[in-house]
Parts: sequence; C-alpha cells; structure tokens
Amino acid sequence: MSAEPDGPEDRLRRFATIWSRAVFPATSTSLTRPEFEELLLPLARRLSEALRARTYDAEEGRAVGAALVEAHCTEPEALSSALDCVDAYLVLYCGGDGHQEDLRARAARLQSAMAAGYAEALRQRTLTEQEAIARAALEAQGAVARALHATEARFRAVFEGAAIGIGIADLDGNILQVNGALLRMFGVTEQARLARCVTEWTHPEDAPQVWRLYEELVRAEREHYHTEKAFYRPDGTVLWTNLTVSLLRDADGNPQYQLALMEDTTERRLLNLRLRYEATHDALTGLPNRTLFFERLEKALAAGDGQRFGLCYLDLDGFKAINDSLGHAAGDRLLVEIADRLQSCATAPGEMVARLGGDEFVALTTGPDTESEVDDLADRIMNALVTPVRIDGRELLVRGSIGIVEGPAGERGPAEVLRSADITMYRAKSAGGNRYEVADAEADARAITRHGLTTALPAALDRGEFFIEYQPLVHLGDGTVRGAEALVRWLHPQHGVLGPDRFIPLAERTGLIVPLGRWVLEQSVRQAREWQQRHGGRGPLRVNVNLSPCQLTHPGLVQDTVEILERAGLEPDALCLEVTESALIGADDDLLKPLRRLAEMGIDIALDDFGTGYSNLANLRRLPVRVLKLDRSFTQGMQQFPADPVDLKIVEGIVSLAHSLDLAVTVEGVETGAQAEQLRILGCDTAQGWYYARPGPPERLHELALVDATG
Amino acid sequence: MERPAWAPRSIDISMPSVARMYDYYLGGSHNFEVDREAARRAMEFVPGLPKIMQANRAFMRRAVRHAARAGITQFLDIGSGIPSFGNVHEVAREAAPGARVVYVDHDPVAVAHTQAVLEGADDADVVAADLRKPRDVLTSPQVERLIDLNRPVALLLVAILHFVEDTDDPYGAVAELRDALAPGSVLVVSHASYEGIPLPRERVEGAVDVYKDIRNPLIMRSRDEIARFFEGYDMVEPGLVPMAKWRPDTAPEDEDPYAFSGFAGVGTKA
Repeated sequence: MSAEPDGPEDRLRRFATIWSRAVFPATSTSLTRPEFEELLLPLARRLSEALRARTYDAEEGRAVGAALVEAHCTEPEALSSALDCVDAYLVLYCGGDGHQEDLRARAARLQSAMAAGYAEALRQRTLTEQEAIARAALEAQGAVARALHATEARFRAVFEGAAIGIGIADLDGNILQVNGALLRMFGVTEQARLARCVTEWTHPEDAPQVWRLYEELVRAEREHYHTEKAFYRPDGTVLWTNLTVSLLRDADGNPQYQLALMEDTTERRLLNLRLRYEATHDALTGLPNRTLFFERLEKALAAGDGQRFGLCYLDLDGFKAINDSLGHAAGDRLLVEIADRLQSCATAPGEMVARLGGDEFVALTTGPDTESEVDDLADRIMNALVTPVRIDGRELLVRGSIGIVEGPAGERGPAEVLRSADITMYRAKSAGGNRYEVADAEADARAITRHGLTTALPAALDRGEFFIEYQPLVHLGDGTVRGAEALVRWLHPQHGVLGPDRFIPLAERTGLIVPLGRWVLEQSVRQAREWQQRHGGRGPLRVNVNLSPCQLTHPGLVQDTVEILERAGLEPDALCLEVTESALIGADDDLLKPLRRLAEMGIDIALDDFGTGYSNLANLRRLPVRVLKLDRSFTQGMQQFPADPVDLKIVEGIVSLAHSLDLAVTVEGVETGAQAEQLRILGCDTAQGWYYARPGPPERLHELALVDATG
Repeated sequence: MERPAWAPRSIDISMPSVARMYDYYLGGSHNFEVDREAARRAMEFVPGLPKIMQANRAFMRRAVRHAARAGITQFLDIGSGIPSFGNVHEVAREAAPGARVVYVDHDPVAVAHTQAVLEGADDADVVAADLRKPRDVLTSPQVERLIDLNRPVALLLVAILHFVEDTDDPYGAVAELRDALAPGSVLVVSHASYEGIPLPRERVEGAVDVYKDIRNPLIMRSRDEIARFFEGYDMVEPGLVPMAKWRPDTAPEDEDPYAFSGFAGVGTKA
C-alpha cells in the first residue's frame, strides 16, 4: 500500500502507531510492540472507514472493541487508553476534510460502540474462560473421585480377600470392622459373635508386655507393635496368632484408629512343638536326646554362684553281644526297658536322664548339693540295673559302667564335661565294668594325651617322625655281638622321644601297626644288610624285629616279609621275628601257618616275654619257634648277690627244657657282670641289656661289633 | 502423612494454584477468587508481576522460535500451566510446521484444561507428571508417542524451576532430563531471582512470603545457581541474562523495567 507522506495511508499508519504506543503498556500480549501495531493497523483502518462512511454502522465499532479483547487488551486501562487515543487522534489523522462537527459526533458514537463491543467480548471471554476452568476443575475432581472409587473398591477387595485377619478398632478399643479372614480364624460367621472391645481379648498366655504395648499404642506413644498372642475362640478353643498392631493417624497426624493384622499360627505352633519334641527326644525310648541334654547341661554349667552339677555317664556292658546274639529288636526292647528304669531314677527337680545314642545314657543332677546327690544317683542307677530284664522269655543280666563328673557351675564347658565323663566311664569299663568311677583330672589328662597321640599317629608316619634304635645281642659264650633288636621310637614334636610302650598299643588299636610294623621291618632289614656289608666276613650280624599280634593276623605278612628281604638282598636267616607268648596263646593252625612259612624260609621266630603269661610248655612243641626270650623278671633276681636260688633253678630248668627242644635261649635285662656270668653258667646262649649297651643308633652297634672283632 | 503412590492427589480448589495465578497475571479468567486473591496480595508487594510474566512469556516465544530455526521440531514443556495464549504449540507450529509438543504439569486442573484445549490435536498432548520425577515424564506414553528422544528436543523449563526446593534435588532432576536428550537438543530456562527486580529486596520477599503461605514456595536463586542447570550444555549467545536482554526484538528503552527481572537462557547439547 502506498504511503505517500502525509497521504491518507501515512496518516492512518501514524494513528496506528500512536494507538499501539498508548495501548501496548496495558496489554498482556506477548507480542512485541511493532507486532502489536501490525495487529492494530486493520482495526485502525476499520475505524477510519467507519468514521468517514456515509451511514453510521455501530457494528464496526463493536467489532473493533471485540478485536481488542481478542488481542489480550483485557485490562480496563487498555480500553480507556484505546478510547482516549481514538478520541484524541482518530478525527485528527483519519477525518480527512470532512465536517469536523459531524466527524466528532461520529467518533464519539464509534467510541461508545467500541466500549460496548469490548465489554460484550470481554464478558463472553470471561464467561468462556470461567466455564473452561470450572469444567477443568470438575473434570480433574471427577478423575480423582473415579480413582478414589477404584482405590476404595480395590481396598475393599484387599480387605475382604486378604488371607490374614484384619481388624480396625478405635482408640478406646471398640472393634469397628473385621474382615472375613479374621472371622474364620475365630470360627464365627459374623462380627456380633466376637468381643466388642479389644481389651476383652485377654488370654492367660499373654506375654507380660502385650498389654503394656497396647496401652502405649492407644496413647499414641508408639506407632506399632508386633507380638505372638493367643485368643480364646467363642467355642473355647485357642487361636494362636502373629499379631501386628499399628496406630492409624489422620492427614494431620492425629491418632485415630488402631489396625490389627493377624496371622493364624495355631497349626504352625503345634507343628513346631511337635518338631521341637522330635528334635529333642529319642524316638526309641522317648528320653530326651543329645540335643536337649546339651541344652540342659549348658544351662546347668552357666548357672550362677553356688550352683553345681553332677553327671553320670552310663554305658551298658556287653550290649553289643546281646544285640549280636538276640538281634536288634531284642536289643531295642532292652534299651526301652533300661530307659524306663533310668527315668525312674531321676525324678527330682533339676534331674534328667537322656539317651546319647546306642547304649549310652546320661543322668544329670543340678543344684547346690550335687556333691552327695550324684553318688546317690549313680547308686540308684546301679540298683536299677540289678534286676534282670526279661526279653523273649530270657532273663538278661544287664550291667553298666558309669563315669561320674561333679563340680561347680561356671568352670567348664559341656563338651569338656562330657569328655571327662566318657573317659571316666571307660576307666570303669577297663577296670572290669559293673561299677562307677569318679573323674579325676590326672586320669583325664592321661586319656587326653593318649587320644592326642592316637590321632597324631598316621601323620607322624607320613612325616617320618619315627626312628629305630638298636640294642645289641651278645653271645654269652664268647662275648661277641651277634646282632641287635630293633626298637622303634617316636620323636613327637611336642612330647619329645616316646618309647614303644606309649604308642604301640594305640597303633594296635587303630590298625596303624600294620604300616608302622612294615616300615620298621624295612628299615631294620636294610640296616642289617648294611652291617653285613661293612662287617665283612666276620659272621653275619642279625636283626631282631618285633611282630605285633595285629601283624600276625594280617594276610600280607609273609608276602611283605619276603619282598622286603629280597629288595634289601638280605638272607632270611639274618632276620629273627619276635612274637609275644601271649599273642600265641590258644593260637590255632590258621594263625600259625604264616609263622611256619616264615620259619621254613629260614627266618628265626623268637618267643618274646617268655614266662610272663600262662606258659604252656606242651604248646612249645607245636610252635615254629627257634628262640625263647626269657622275660627280664627272671633275671632281676640275679642282680643281687647271692642270686635268688629259686630264680636260678627256674632259669636252669627252662634252659634245659629249651635246649632239649632245640631252642636257643636269650635273656633280657642283663645289667651287671655278675648277672651275665651267672646266666652264662646256666647255659643261656645270648643276652641283651644295659650291661652291654643301651639301645642306640645303628652306628653304635657297628662300633661295638668292631670292638669285639679286634678285642 | 505421605501420600501413597496409588492415591491420586486430591483437588482442593479452595487453595490457590500457581498455574491459575499465572493466568490471572496474564489477564486470563481461568482462575478462581482464591487465585486472584493470592495474586493480588503478591502484587501489593511487586506490582509489576504481570509485566514479569509477560516478559517471561515473550522470552519463551523467542526461545521457541530460536529452537525452530535451529531445526528442532519436538518440544517438551514441563510446568506448562494453563495455556491461554501464545502457547508453545501455537508458536512452534507457526515457526516449524509439523512440530510436536508435549506439555507436562502436576496440577490436575491445569492438565484437565490443557486436555480440553488440545482436544483433537494429534501433534500435542499433555502428561500429568512431576518435574521431580523425570523418569515419569520420559517414560510417559505421550512422550513415547510424540517425541523421539534420539532426535533433538527443545526442553522448556520456563518459570518452573523456582518452584522446586533444593531438598527435592532440582539439579538431579534436570541432569537426568539433560542426559536423556540427543545431541543438538536445547534447554530453555527462565528463573526468578532477587537480581534485576527494580524493587528493594524486602518488597520482593513480601511476594515470596505469599507463595510460601499458599504452600508453593518460590525459591529465588542467584545467577550462578541458575547457571548450574545448564551444566554440560553450551550456552547460546548472549548466555544467561535478564529476560528482556535475551535476543530482544524490542529496544531496551521500550521495555518495562520489570522485564529485566530474573534470568533466562538457552543451552545446547553438543
């Protein structure tokens, strides 16, 4: 559009500029002022045209007024600025050359129409917006209400469908609402049959704190509590529950209700009681078992000052024989009968009897006076066993060995006490059984050492803690060294060097004697071979090796021995195996067969410790024995001067007998020259003892032999 | 008591709403007497509040146009309030045909109103969610439907962050949003501050107290504190400046003095 300076168009634009400058500060538009001016320009044109139109059209003014509202000129100042501006400048800039008076009148009418149009539009707009926001608020509230309704419906479903019991009460305890699960727990179908008030729900087994916690909760001093609680059902039976009670507060935090959630634990509780009983009682006898006994013992040992305990550890003598001969069923019946009798022995408070397993029982007494009570208890137990037990028409005589431990509480742990009782019981058993022994620390210590050694044995063999010493065997006729007895030692890391008496019986019991014995044989045979090589042609040096009863019955004995000799390259006649007389008492042919095989190969068999057992002289004939080793007890009588004549006679007799059976005689324990001389006169062949040499390392023997040869 | 997650926020139109107060400042009638009453009280302390809102609106308009010129066609406007005029989708459509807009607000009335306004529009939608839980925003079906997070987005946090208290970790929330956006995205922030308002601080504090009274505290932050919302983004010229100084298209002498209140800025993700 052309805008010739000061032409009508230019003047219209100038009016629009003035108008926009006047109105813009009062608008809320986010348009810039020039943009706003562009918006006003068409409105200015309409006004300009309406001003000069032949007929007055109020609609034009109204439309411009409404358009101002449309342009966000909604503040009242916007209207007044707009009208002031029209009043002052419309005629001036847009009136052209019309009649001033008419133009002024037309402008005034246009302003009125503008105001009316503005007011109408603003009213419409306000109403529309008010309606819109009200509808939005309603819609939002409706959405909330729908969500709340859905939530409430969900809640109701949760409340009614929950597997746990839910109850709501006010803070006075009045029960307001309970759910179906809770009714079912109480075995009723309607709430009216329940207590009206929470405080009526007492039960004798209520824990002392339950109602204190309740009071604290309703006074809002605590938010919730959890407890196990029993209730009476209307039918009188007991309902056990896991109960959680919470305080419910309103939106402002004021306490309002109490909410109880309860889980029925009646069944579980019964099951627990049963499981607990089963876990703590012996199924066969119904007596408390090891677990329960240990709990009680622990409690007794943890008791305070002045409290003592007494324990009887009973093991039946020969029960295995009964089981083996009459069968396990009979054995079980016997145990049940014994259990009943024992039970009647320990009926006082603080006393209990338990079965630890097998035929082992314990009786416990506690209190301040167990020192005397425990002996009475042991007496009652021994008495209870006196009457024979009748099983399958047989009268079985039952005996037992009891180990007693008694002492003050607070000093020892249950394991230590029980071990002491066990050790003591074994002492009673090894003393022949059918008796009780009282624990003493020294015996315990010995047993404990023995136990320690037993368990350390296998590792000791692997670690090479064993070594061998040799004690020379000297020919009484010419005093030459003819060989040596191999004696095994244990260099124990804590206890130092231990003699065979300390560990051979343990090795026998555990079976370790077999590998240990084989090792001793290997070492000794290799040593004998070495002596032979170094000793040259001056007659063979023999080696004596002890065979334990266990080795005798071991099926690999012959094979092992042959292999060991062959591997070392030693002639069989350079080896003498020593067997104790007691090991061969009552030996049958099966037992003697390996010995015979060994003897046939040329290995000498010596009968060790001869004269200590019931020497069956007639038996000697049967045995594949070449040497008798006379026990040191015979030579002890010859240490003094003059020698005991009876001893002399006995030794003389044995030597004569041996020689007549073609057996050589070796004597042990020769400690003096007089003794040696005496024995030589009596005809003994070989001797060993401190008089000649103590057991020592293999080199010593070599030296002694050399001395013989040169001296 | 803390409102459980499943319970809808209750609507109490007897409490003023900052969205409806904003509408009132801008001359709208989408408000109730409680809103007007609160707004009038605030205006007793800071009479120029409507001018500040207008300047804020104008800044948003310029920022949206800037984003559109940068080729961005996706807009996420969090804290959109009650759209009365000059809304993002209007400005965006004008500047970038085919633009998609998602509005987010946690005021249920504002959301309901926006839904009504947008009825029938395929390219704009509204999410009822809270800026303090950005995950709710980003994983909303509306965002998933309209916004491709693998392409640049204009994230608008216009006059909203000053309603998030530090205990609600606004920096963490904004960081999570920033991290979710693709390179080339822009972050548009305007924020109230004591700096720049042509009034003594005590006067402004009077208005701040009004917002505290209506349980919508207004958190005034310093320029440095506001700058931290852009961490990791490159500031677009002229940086973080008073609203009226951000790429103005009006001569400063024509601006109302209140238009220089608070700070506004735009950052770009490299």
